[in-house]
Amino acid sequence: MDLSMKWLSDYVKVDEPIKKFCYDMTMSGSKVERFDTEGEEISNVVVGKVLSVVPHEDSDHLVVCQVDVGKGEPIQIVTGAQNIHGGEVVPVALDGSTLPKGIKIKKGKLRGVESNGMLCSLGELGLTVHDFPYAIEDGIFVLQDEEGCEPIKIGEDIRDAIGLNDTCVEFEITSNRPDCMSVIGLAREAGATFDVPVELKKPEYKGVGGDIDADLSVEVKNTELCTRYAAALVKNVKIGPSPRWMRERLRGCGVRPINNLVDITNYVMLEYGHPMHAFDLRYVSGNKIVVRNADKGEKITTLDGIERELSEEMLVIADAEKPVAVAGVMGGEYSGIMDDTTTVVFEAACFNGASVRTTAKKLGMRTDASSRFEKGLDAENCYDALMRACQLVEMLGAGEVLTKIIDKDYSDKTPKCVDFDSKWINNFLGTDIPESDMIKYLDKLGFEVKDGKAYAPKWRIDIEVKADIAEEVARIYGYNNIPLTIIRGVAQAKLTPEQKYTRKLERTMLSIGCNEISTYSFVSPKNFDKIRIPADSPLRKTVVITNPLGEDTSVMRTTIIPSMCEVLARNYNYRNAVARLYEIGNEYIPVSGKELPDEPARLAIGMYGNNVDFYDIKGAVDEIMEEMGIMDYDVTACAEGCPIEEYVAFHPGRSAIVTKGDTVLAIMGELHPETLENYEIGVKAYVAKLLIPEMMSVSVTEKTYKPLPKFPATTRDLSVVCDDSITVASLEKAIKNAVGKILEKVTLFDVYKGSQIAEGKKSVSFSISMRSMESTLTDEQADAAMKRVLKAMTEFGAELRA
Amino acid sequence: MLKEALEKIGAEAAEELKNISDSKQLEDLRVRLLGKKGELTAILKQMGGLSAEERPVIGQLANKVRADIEEQIEARKTALKDELTAKKLKSEVIDVTLPGKSQKVGKLHPLTIVLNEVKDIFTGMGFDIVDGPEVETDHYCFEALNMPKSHPARDTQDTFYINENVVLRTQTSSVQIRTMENRKPPIRIISPGRVYRCDTVDATHSPLFHQIEGLVIDKGVTMADLCGTLELLMKRLYGDDCKIRLRPHHFPYTEPSAEVDVMCYNCNGAGCPLCKNEGYIELLGAGMVHPKVLEGCGIDPEVYSGFAFGVGLERIVMRRFGITDMRLLYENDLRFLEQF
Repeated sequence: MDLSMKWLSDYVKVDEPIKKFCYDMTMSGSKVERFDTEGEEISNVVVGKVLSVVPHEDSDHLVVCQVDVGKGEPIQIVTGAQNIHGGEVVPVALDGSTLPKGIKIKKGKLRGVESNGMLCSLGELGLTVHDFPYAIEDGIFVLQDEEGCEPIKIGEDIRDAIGLNDTCVEFEITSNRPDCMSVIGLAREAGATFDVPVELKKPEYKGVGGDIDADLSVEVKNTELCTRYAAALVKNVKIGPSPRWMRERLRGCGVRPINNLVDITNYVMLEYGHPMHAFDLRYVSGNKIVVRNADKGEKITTLDGIERELSEEMLVIADAEKPVAVAGVMGGEYSGIMDDTTTVVFEAACFNGASVRTTAKKLGMRTDASSRFEKGLDAENCYDALMRACQLVEMLGAGEVLTKIIDKDYSDKTPKCVDFDSKWINNFLGTDIPESDMIKYLDKLGFEVKDGKAYAPKWRIDIEVKADIAEEVARIYGYNNIPLTIIRGVAQAKLTPEQKYTRKLERTMLSIGCNEISTYSFVSPKNFDKIRIPADSPLRKTVVITNPLGEDTSVMRTTIIPSMCEVLARNYNYRNAVARLYEIGNEYIPVSGKELPDEPARLAIGMYGNNVDFYDIKGAVDEIMEEMGIMDYDVTACAEGCPIEEYVAFHPGRSAIVTKGDTVLAIMGELHPETLENYEIGVKAYVAKLLIPEMMSVSVTEKTYKPLPKFPATTRDLSVVCDDSITVASLEKAIKNAVGKILEKVTLFDVYKGSQIAEGKKSVSFSISMRSMESTLTDEQADAAMKRVLKAMTEFGAELRA
Repeated sequence: MLKEALEKIGAEAAEELKNISDSKQLEDLRVRLLGKKGELTAILKQMGGLSAEERPVIGQLANKVRADIEEQIEARKTALKDELTAKKLKSEVIDVTLPGKSQKVGKLHPLTIVLNEVKDIFTGMGFDIVDGPEVETDHYCFEALNMPKSHPARDTQDTFYINENVVLRTQTSSVQIRTMENRKPPIRIISPGRVYRCDTVDATHSPLFHQIEGLVIDKGVTMADLCGTLELLMKRLYGDDCKIRLRPHHFPYTEPSAEVDVMCYNCNGAGCPLCKNEGYIELLGAGMVHPKVLEGCGIDPEVYSGFAFGVGLERIVMRRFGITDMRLLYENDLRFLEQF
């Protein structure tokens, strides 16, 4: 809401500097976004009178003027304007003056003739013909005295002479206060804020007699959605420009003046906060207005020239044949005021806010009117607005108002009231405000307090509960006068096991040198193709956003892997040579039969550069598993039917899943060359995804001390030659089983393929450490264990290396 | 005669020791003089021919000579070792200004750094941290927060819809509702997390960002408690001289409602371009929980009262680190991430 301070001062006198006004209004609840002083950029421009005009000797389009600027001697100014002939009163920019858009005027010579300034056009003063309808766009702005304004004086500052001296304050009004979307509403707030009287008069008009019923009938068919419909008729309309005071106030509130009738409706809307509609009686077929729901499939061409199809729940203003306006949203084509309009119907009505909102949204046209109606407007104010419009018509001599009006009123007249209990309010706010102060504040805001009740003024549609009264008191008392206290009582806070687990994961990731990233949870469905997910994969069943910003953020991710790939790609593209990254984030998995998806937490790891290979990412995963208390898990190569769908994103020979029993914990590996290509990553990159809830389910978080060994360990080395296809893990497992209880540790120390080993074979060497907790192992015990190991090895076709 | 021989050995030993330059020569000398077959032993063997008077005298002298030589050898040994060590150390000098070998520790994302800090502040004040779904029903995101379908306030939160009844949560207040439905007062929680709004990406907007919302419900909770709690939070985050300012505002789920400004850290309230000459920067929204919201969650507003607040994490993070473009937070450029 833009507010003209001139207009405000019609109702309330606030004697404060503008900055203080804005600050205090903000602090009492009407937030000021900014303020602009009109004509601020204009300086040293005065009213001058052109005394004489002679042609320029060296030019056929320039003239030389002598101008009286009220300083005794006239000054000489050269101009190229065609509408200056002598005798005109004009704006004169003197030497050293400034104009809008940073223009500076200095004296100088034009084709050898001295010019001591410039005669200004409307445009040069930042104005248009809407502001001064009597002036012309193309030429010097020739000033005229206007009715109701001080006569223009030679030498006077131009801003004062033409009323270009308003201050426009922009308020951000919250949706619960549609009453403040008006000059009067803000005047009331200013009155309460600065503790000054607000002068409001009930608008009245004289009328010329006559019977409206002869010309117009109104029927409200849906009194739920239209609680009041008031109409007045104006005959013998004289369309013309509005007077300057009205144009100034409209301009100060950011509205362009058009003509007297249109300006009146806008003026009333700004002043009272109630949208008005004016339409030409000629186009009301059957001289009948029906407020009704639209028929199914009914169409209307709105003022903006677009044909719109209506639906049954929408409320329309119709004549005997067709809808002429969408109630509270927009008028129909031809319904507006034309130059040859002679009889005008003024409508002020009250429509159901929710209905207007739904209609406007459905038709995709939110208008100034609809945005006011949808917040809920006061039915009594609607009548005042119509009265004011009639009054203005008479003041402006814009037509003859018939004395009788139509007023169909179905509104609820019960005043809103809530309990008033000063003790409760103080307890609720934590304050100690005297009851008499509270009553004073409320009175200023239009409330009436009596018998333990606060009666809200009719325009306060937002008052419903006693907390609302507490807010009224608090904001006038001043939020910042409320003391600062600390909540009492003891509360025990602790992290949930999940939160603790995540914190520990975080610490682990940092200590293994990974940087945390944070990516969007919505992604492009194209990601599935990029990581080679088959068309029928369940991963492609996503939570889809119906109104996304774009395709690339249109579905909630069902896999965190593409997010990591994208970040790896971006860093590769930025020529960051090495990357070690992790993210803890959610996946969003639709569950059939459930309204909301599952949102399991995942840990993604990504790395490239520094000659990393599969064993780096595996090492990272091993470290995490150990740190998180997961022991004895299995790592197996990914194969067809892998329980983690994303396995196809990886190199088939360099990827693995981690499981413990039946629980799948992670997938890791080198990205498939095609995946790398799709993301334009030019180096080998490694990615892992760890399933956090699954990990938690198998983590042993409680640690118990195991006594340190008292007896020495016996270590035996073992080198075997076996088929290349046999995994080290399977040999290791066999060794563990074969050694049994006395096994302390099996450590792989060499894998060799090459000249001394047959083709298709490899040599694998382990160091086997054995220890008993009860006694020193004998050689015989160790030998026996090794014998069992060798036997186990032969089952793999592995032989002791010669 | 034996006496002369002993004295001679002593004198010769002193002379030879001067020329010895390594430990092997030293050992050889020791064996030659003091060993079982050494010169001194040889002389002592002749002592049998001495008279009873001479014997103790020569014996004493022999012991003295032996002790002298041993002492000298030991001294020489130490000197040789010191020389050797000094030489070795000298040969091992390196350029300590060469770069160290990398042992990188990872960095937390700036959002997590501050989020963890905020969480710790609140857990210290007795607040539990509660998580909840990001894909949320219209009921928890709006209806239960006193924002029915036709409510105009919905327009200020441009919402991503999954279907008519499911949205991406626009605020973590949904978690507060879930908590109030499941727990009995006293309640003291914060609900941090991702929220979503249809905002086009630019330097200060992101369609996805993080909010931290707080909720306190108990008997006798006042608006003064809200002001005090918020001031405490801001002092912990920005230092003890930080001030806050509350402005009346409107949220459908609180009454009274406030917007909370925090004193500009750049100019300490004097006014500067960063705070648009206001001296304060808008940081969070807060208020007393609306009685309708309490009622809807089965909490009697006649018995209990409470306050709630919500703050955007990105805004705090950007202020903390002087980040001017929100996009950097989600771009994950290592050159950015490694700065924190």
